[in-house]
Amino acid sequence: MDRKEWPLWEVFIRSRNGLDHKHCGSVHAADPSMALKNARDVFTRRMEGVSVWVVRADDIVASDPDAKPEMFDPAEDKIYRHPTFYTLPDEVGHM
Amino acid sequence: MSATVSSDSVAHVEYVLRIADSSLILGHRLSEWCGHGPVLEEDIALTNVALDLIGQARSLYTHAGALEGNGCDEDQFAFTRTESEFRNVTIVELPNGDYGFTIMRNFLFAAFQRELWGALQASAEVPLFEIARKSLTETRYHVQHASDWVIRLGDGTDESHARMQRALDTLWPYTAEFFSPSAIDDAAIGHAIGPAWSTLESGWLSAIRPVLDIATLLIPARTSFLSRGKEGRHSEHFEPLLREMQYLQRTHPNCIW
Repeated sequence: MDRKEWPLWEVFIRSRNGLDHKHCGSVHAADPSMALKNARDVFTRRMEGVSVWVVRADDIVASDPDAKPEMFDPAEDKIYRHPTFYTLPDEVGHM
Repeated sequence: MSATVSSDSVAHVEYVLRIADSSLILGHRLSEWCGHGPVLEEDIALTNVALDLIGQARSLYTHAGALEGNGCDEDQFAFTRTESEFRNVTIVELPNGDYGFTIMRNFLFAAFQRELWGALQASAEVPLFEIARKSLTETRYHVQHASDWVIRLGDGTDESHARMQRALDTLWPYTAEFFSPSAIDDAAIGHAIGPAWSTLESGWLSAIRPVLDIATLLIPARTSFLSRGKEGRHSEHFEPLLREMQYLQRTHPNCIW
């Protein structure tokens, strides 16, 4: 029998209000509403989240793992891009 | 405390046990799907529903034990009572059948539970009201989950449609028991414990009908068939279920694990 797999969806969960959605895994589902329910059932069983995003895995544009050097190396020696050269007044505390 | 037990307080406990037993037995049936679901996601979804139902049963048993005042705890209610002492509606003890059958039963039963939990929001009995409030949220999701699948499969392929219609035809007669009048209900209304289940029928019907319509499934006509699990008269499928569910406590009485 021809058993076609449902498409893959990547799941992102926000654990608390104010925090970012974090990637936490993937589910198979036939359409968006099923994907959302499946994500809820598979990934929020222990109160892990207050909000769930699902995205078709096909729709994610990812960097090419083989193109690592040209994508990421040029930034390596440009430490001045980090905001570490400022003296902060004490009152600011930890940033 | 008086040692005599009035018939009203017996009815009261029975009213609670009827709800508890129905949750427990369906929870047990759904647990049989664990590891056998059609896809991983559904396997987990059904297990979640099963755990919700068992959780509902546990709270209700604890409450029933407090009402009875004989020191009976949740495990004793679940694992040491005999077949005729269980008060669950018969539909929940039927074997799972195929996935469509399981889903259709979940749909019909969860929609009924939603009406019941809703009506129990008016209960004068605080623990029951609290349990109903928590359970209502769970049950809303169960209804949503089952409705989605009833629609997908009912309005799906010829094969899935035929199976869902068959499931509905088989299960429909058992839903009459949800609403059959009983003396237990009369006592419950008398003390504002909960609704007479017969009053829940119209709300239930108007909730399930639109979903079945979208699923292109036809509601069968009512017949005179009436199952009587609520009175402790169960189907032939119940005894094997109990034997498996109670095996451990029966073999090792009072064991704790």
